[in-house]
Amino acid sequence: MFVIERRAERSALFRFVSPALAVLTALVCGALFLKVSGFDPLAVYGGMWRGAFGDAYGLSETIVKAIPIALCALGIAVAFRMNLWNIGAEGQLYAGAAAAAWVALSFPGAPAAFVLPAMTAAGMSAGALWALLAAVPRAWVGANEILTTLMLNYTAVFLSEYLIHGPWKDPAGFNFPLSPAFSEAARLPAFGDTRIHAGLIFALAAAAALTVALRKTKWGYELRLVGASPAVATYAGVGIARHVLVAMAVGGALAGLAGMTEVSAITGRLQYGLSPGYGYSAIIVAWLAKLSPAGILAMAFLFGGLLVGGYAVQFIGVPAAAVNMLQGAMLFFWLAAEFLGRYRVALRGRPREVR
Amino acid sequence: MQPPLVEMRGIRKAFPGVVANDGASLELRAGEVHALLGENGAGKTTLMNVLAGLYRPDAGEVLIGGRAVEIRSPGRAIALGIGMVHQRFKLVPGFTVAENVTLGMKEPRFVFHPRSIEDSIGAFARDRGLPVDPRARIRQLSVGEQQRVEIVKALWRGAGILIMDEPTAVLTPREVRELFGVMNRMAAEGKAVVFITHKLSEVMEIADRVTVMRHGRRAATVEKAGTSPVELATLMMGRGHKAPACDVHAGQPGPVVLEALDLEAEGDRGERALRGLTLEIRAGEILGIAGVAGNGQRELAEAIAGLRRVTAGSIRVGGTDVTNAGPARAIDAGVGYIPEDRLGTGLAAGMSVAENLIMKAYRGAELSTGPFLRRGRTVEWSRRLAERFRIKTPSLDTPVSSLSGGNAQRVLLARETASRPKLIVAAHPTRGLDVAATDHIRAILREQRRAGSAVLLISGDLDEIMALSDRIAVLYEGEILGTFPCAGADLERIGLMMGGVRTSGPAREGTTVPSCMRRHGRLRTK
Ligand SMILES: Nc1ncnc2c1ncn2[C@@H]1O[C@H](COP(=O)(O)OP(=O)(O)OP(=O)(O)O)[C@@H](O)[C@H]1O
Ligand SMILES: [Mg+2]
Repeated sequence: MFVIERRAERSALFRFVSPALAVLTALVCGALFLKVSGFDPLAVYGGMWRGAFGDAYGLSETIVKAIPIALCALGIAVAFRMNLWNIGAEGQLYAGAAAAAWVALSFPGAPAAFVLPAMTAAGMSAGALWALLAAVPRAWVGANEILTTLMLNYTAVFLSEYLIHGPWKDPAGFNFPLSPAFSEAARLPAFGDTRIHAGLIFALAAAAALTVALRKTKWGYELRLVGASPAVATYAGVGIARHVLVAMAVGGALAGLAGMTEVSAITGRLQYGLSPGYGYSAIIVAWLAKLSPAGILAMAFLFGGLLVGGYAVQFIGVPAAAVNMLQGAMLFFWLAAEFLGRYRVALRGRPREVR
Repeated sequence: MQPPLVEMRGIRKAFPGVVANDGASLELRAGEVHALLGENGAGKTTLMNVLAGLYRPDAGEVLIGGRAVEIRSPGRAIALGIGMVHQRFKLVPGFTVAENVTLGMKEPRFVFHPRSIEDSIGAFARDRGLPVDPRARIRQLSVGEQQRVEIVKALWRGAGILIMDEPTAVLTPREVRELFGVMNRMAAEGKAVVFITHKLSEVMEIADRVTVMRHGRRAATVEKAGTSPVELATLMMGRGHKAPACDVHAGQPGPVVLEALDLEAEGDRGERALRGLTLEIRAGEILGIAGVAGNGQRELAEAIAGLRRVTAGSIRVGGTDVTNAGPARAIDAGVGYIPEDRLGTGLAAGMSVAENLIMKAYRGAELSTGPFLRRGRTVEWSRRLAERFRIKTPSLDTPVSSLSGGNAQRVLLARETASRPKLIVAAHPTRGLDVAATDHIRAILREQRRAGSAVLLISGDLDEIMALSDRIAVLYEGEILGTFPCAGADLERIGLMMGGVRTSGPAREGTTVPSCMRRHGRLRTK
């Protein structure tokens, strides 16, 4: 009979090895899948590697994809730290994008010095509000935030689709679901002739600020306390409801910021398929990084590379879904590795009668 | 002479660190209600678990009808006609009453429950004064009804010996009356009923004989007719139990710090846990709460610490009204709280010693500026506390979960006393600690008193209460039945009050006739 028992101590080595192990195992499984589908796994992985990291262009595109993933992951990691399952970054990103687009479209003639800060503020506020739609019921009546944030993702995506199919549709857009293009002033500047944009600075600044806030402030301490034990936090006079609201709002604001940078720097308009699931990738990134801000930057870079590499091999017929599959497999194996780090499976005889 | 129905001799059962039963014995006769009395931890439940086949004794023997038996498992106990209704019911919430009653029996298979079986269970229960709907699901039933199901379950399996562990603790007075009717009926049918309780009035009302346990063994078995609540209380606490010297100290108590007035609060199951409780503690004074566990101690402590809403009454600490103000305001008003559940409520097990030590002080100007914690100061602060309270830990970054019980408790006391609270609520502060740690914790509490704090001490150990308190208040069913100065306290009266007997005397005006003193005729219908 197999039994699962808790390990007395989590082995220290395992804590660092488990994310790497998860990524590797996922790659091995992906290779099997590719082989079965008739591809040469080494060629495909080689192509992905070269596409994502092989040249300056690939690297810059990898960073471009990493920016929204990092922003979203930094935000949801705050909630995860207090065992709050905010999986709504995708919707919060769309809410932020729509609000930023609204500012850009409403003030077509305004100078950049006004419109960019205004778009940033609008995007962050809208993301935060979208998160609070789930946070308020959670804080006051205990409504499950997993369900509400997930449902709000669809609401936000469909809402922005409604806008670009209806009221905000570009009259000159040949009936495509797009808003009119933003003015030049509403475009976030990029570095050199790459598409890497100022969002990178936002992501780095957010990571730095969160590192400080989590380590050095009363807020970070309280967050850890709530995460460690809500009962103890309550006993210590720390209001849980307030922390739920703040953690969700911070997460929403960062995801909204990601939405703002996407419309402002990349697309220059609100359009269909704005995010290829950045908000969902962010969940995996946050966990693989063990919620550490620096780790999130690194993992986001890896996941950006996965996306870009995935595009690069599509021309040899590898389906786009292969990348999603790899991401999912990484989360799956990471969870398994974490489980085995905490528990062990032992083979036992039937329990004997005590004598 | 006919041998007793059950005889337990010299039962010993040790758990890691405690000997729960140490040569305990008990005889049960057919047709009697046998009360089992004893303070918390006397070993009553353990002894009955041995009889019910849940524990195997380390030594001793059990005889049923004069024949030695080995009760290797609950199944064996059932075959021997022994049934037990545990304090925590063992029912499957999603199953129906009939399914629970037949669960685990060979015949009839519980998965097939033709109406005929349900109907016969319903009739069987009704005949025994235990009406339940056999088709109802357990989770739809009240606690009292669930208890009836447990009894029906035992009887349906043919129990001739029924053990009930504190069955009345969860019942309303009306349900208690009904239960007593059922118990009388079973005794009249020639069954033996073991009835564990802490309420002397219930013992005097329903029992035929009483066995009093103390420190894991039998203190005495007496006939109800030939005993009195006074004798039972004395037996429970030990004959010739000399009051341990009260800790007389020189300081005069100062102004009133805690004023609790007519508190009413509900327990976790919605029962009325505090019923108009009033008490007062002065600066430089330790008030000990004596009482059997479960009479509102936890609710009282939580209400003062701001962790439980009171439904009526008021709480003032140092003149500030903190009634239902929440934990943060209670802390600000100067309440330190050492909860009974240390690692679940008082300490964050996964966080470090240092992080636990700053938990109440980190907001203050000493440890923080604006939104920032002052890292140097917090390290220094926790290092000083760890030193002063002699907390043995590999480092300040060690998680509290890996400290020994005594050291974890030192962390808790260090933190709660560090900010010189006006009031310290200490619930079972030395439970489970070794002698050295116990002495140390008590010394800390005495020192707090000397420094002018008021201390509310809750403990199940009367010796501890005597050793620390200036005054002793007896808590029973959510009320203070009496308050005594420790010096010259009458242990016998305290024991009686803990068992729910209101005695008259200088400590409390107004005389209540102790209901249990009136002899009740037994309703025996043959
Ligand atoms: N399963 C166990 N493991 C370890 N210790 C135990 C266990 N069960 C009981 N004990 C300890 O054995 C002693 C006797 O416990 P027991 O439950 O028999 O007392 P009791 O008389 O029923 O008390 P109460 O009135 O509080 O129910 C106590 O010190 C208790 O902590
Ligand atoms: Mg017990």
